[in-house]
Amino acid sequence: MKPFDRLTTSACALPLASIDTDQLIPARFMKRSRADGYGQFLLHDMRFDETGAPRPDFPLNADAAKRAEVLVTRRNFGAGSSREAAVYALVDFGFRCVIAPSFGDIFASNAVNNGLLPAKVSEADAEEILGLIETTGAAVTVDLHDCLIRFGNRNYSFTIDPIWQTKLLNGWDDLDLTLSLSGDIGRFEQRDQAERPWARLPDRPD
Amino acid sequence: MTATRQPQTLFDKVWDAHVVTRREDGAELLFIDRHLVHEGSFHAFNKLKEKRAKVRRPDLTIGVADHYVPTRTRALSEVAPDIAGMIRQLDDNCRANAIRMFGFDDPRQGIVHVIGPEQGLTLPGLTMVCGDSHTSTHGAFGALAFGIGASEVAHVLLTQTLWQKRPKRMRITVDGATAPGITAKDIALSIIARIGADGAQGHAIEYAGSAIRALTMEGRLTLCNLSIESGARCGMIAPDETTFAYVRGRPLAPAGDVLDGAIAAWRELTSDADAAFDRAVLLDGKDIAPTVTWGISPEDALPIGASVPDPAAMDDASRASHVREALDYMGLAPGQALDTIRIDRVFIGSCTNSRIEDLRAAASVLAGRTARVPGLVSPGSHLVKQQAEQEGLDRIFIAAGLDWVGPGCSMCVGMNGDLVPSGERCASTTNRNFKGRQGPGARTHLMSPAMVAAAAIAGHLTDVRPLLRSAS
Ligand code: SF4
Repeated sequence: MKPFDRLTTSACALPLASIDTDQLIPARFMKRSRADGYGQFLLHDMRFDETGAPRPDFPLNADAAKRAEVLVTRRNFGAGSSREAAVYALVDFGFRCVIAPSFGDIFASNAVNNGLLPAKVSEADAEEILGLIETTGAAVTVDLHDCLIRFGNRNYSFTIDPIWQTKLLNGWDDLDLTLSLSGDIGRFEQRDQAERPWARLPDRPD
Repeated sequence: MTATRQPQTLFDKVWDAHVVTRREDGAELLFIDRHLVHEGSFHAFNKLKEKRAKVRRPDLTIGVADHYVPTRTRALSEVAPDIAGMIRQLDDNCRANAIRMFGFDDPRQGIVHVIGPEQGLTLPGLTMVCGDSHTSTHGAFGALAFGIGASEVAHVLLTQTLWQKRPKRMRITVDGATAPGITAKDIALSIIARIGADGAQGHAIEYAGSAIRALTMEGRLTLCNLSIESGARCGMIAPDETTFAYVRGRPLAPAGDVLDGAIAAWRELTSDADAAFDRAVLLDGKDIAPTVTWGISPEDALPIGASVPDPAAMDDASRASHVREALDYMGLAPGQALDTIRIDRVFIGSCTNSRIEDLRAAASVLAGRTARVPGLVSPGSHLVKQQAEQEGLDRIFIAAGLDWVGPGCSMCVGMNGDLVPSGERCASTTNRNFKGRQGPGARTHLMSPAMVAAAAIAGHLTDVRPLLRSAS
């Protein structure tokens, strides 16, 4: 995974609350393999009308949005279904950071597992940043070391779980670490079998 | 030794029993007792293939076909090839990894969160995960159960563990008796309306209080299922005699001496009297009315006697803009009385409300009556279907004019062919009224099975209680 350190880019404002993962990637697009890319389906039913034509007034369809690596939105972003494809769609579209007052727990964890930073700000700051993007269009800098967002001459702090901060800064994948702990897991399994015999499943008849 | 022990919550007791190791940064490696996989888990199996790795504990991994299964045919050859392909892909992945499987042709097949309890896979004190957010359902038994994403599914397949940060603890107490006709669904929607769709983010909920204790296992499953709709990591209820009676005799549950030992251990799974919670919420059971949603988030819920909110009367600009967006999508006017909202169809099903008790509740309202709108009834599993048919419930639904179909996620999720057409309004027993959840452009109102049955008869949202009185 690519480490996340500091990012300077343009930002896209999506002033909506509770954008759930069903919006981020409608269920009917989830059959494809990851290698085929999910970016074109991001927020599909908001971005395109019934005929498949892009809605001109939708923020993600603006030219500037195509270069933006930061998305700013309202509370409860990524609520709902655990589908990691919602994160694939954001990442494949080009986003590396989402700024919002709150995130769905499973979404945030999926985001971190794909190098996408969920940066939590206060509701007031989110509203201010949304306003600034629309009026100034200035570049934004997101600094994960100091948990700071810089917008023109304004600074906003954001929060992220320190465990996730370390993971993103280093670009760590948990899996290699866990595989190296295989012995510990084995010892746990042995001890646990004796302590909780009821937790096992009966053997399959076939 | 016990005298010096810190008082603990139910959640912490189950969590602590599963910690393999702790990392310096505070993350804990949890051992997973049951890993449920479904058609959508293919991303994780692909990662496994890329790494040429094996499933560490195929014996604790269980495959279930549900999200994509068709409900109107038993022949995959009659299904759109891309959908059939999803079901076959799960079959292949399970077979290749020697994973126990409840596939499309299995007589025990059904929705993963229905058959887990039904088969005895779900037990108190277990850790359970699945690549599905409604895995919180299994917390009804006092299990620690939560939904995970594809990267985590791959991690569990390979290691049977997950790195997790301990969430905060929240207790939601519902005390006092609920009025007749009030169900677990009404309790759950009232809670979500009170605390918000993100109200429990970062928290593990424990449901407590006399109204919760009085719920059957089916009701507890409905309540815990909807934990995720308030943003919670999981929802749990301490196991008790109701739980033990349900577990006894289930095909994959422990039996004999092992069960006796288990029950002795499970009796310890309650929060200690002075255990600390980070947050506490209290509801009075008698205040809860039949509740329906009017908007596009489960927090947009109100008692059936109320009216659609008016954004012009709101101080909070962000809330007002959400309400405006919701009313626009739902095609509703501010101030409209909820019980005047006309519907186009109904759906009874999903892992929230497709168990035998749910079907009985709907059937008791529909018996001898006719639905004014079309609708679909999809039982949660083949075994639920069989039992319903033995009790004659299928004949009641069919006589009322509804379609009685096979088990699966069906119209909950808009990915298997069962859809609400664009612009149509559906009274639904499901869990999400998100835009487009039941199909592009579909408008969903969430409510209990009895309330859906009442709406079917009236042709509009309505209070079920007068119908219950005249039925009894
Ligand atoms: S019924 Fe709906 S919520 Fe339940 S597992 Fe299936 S898709 Fe998910």
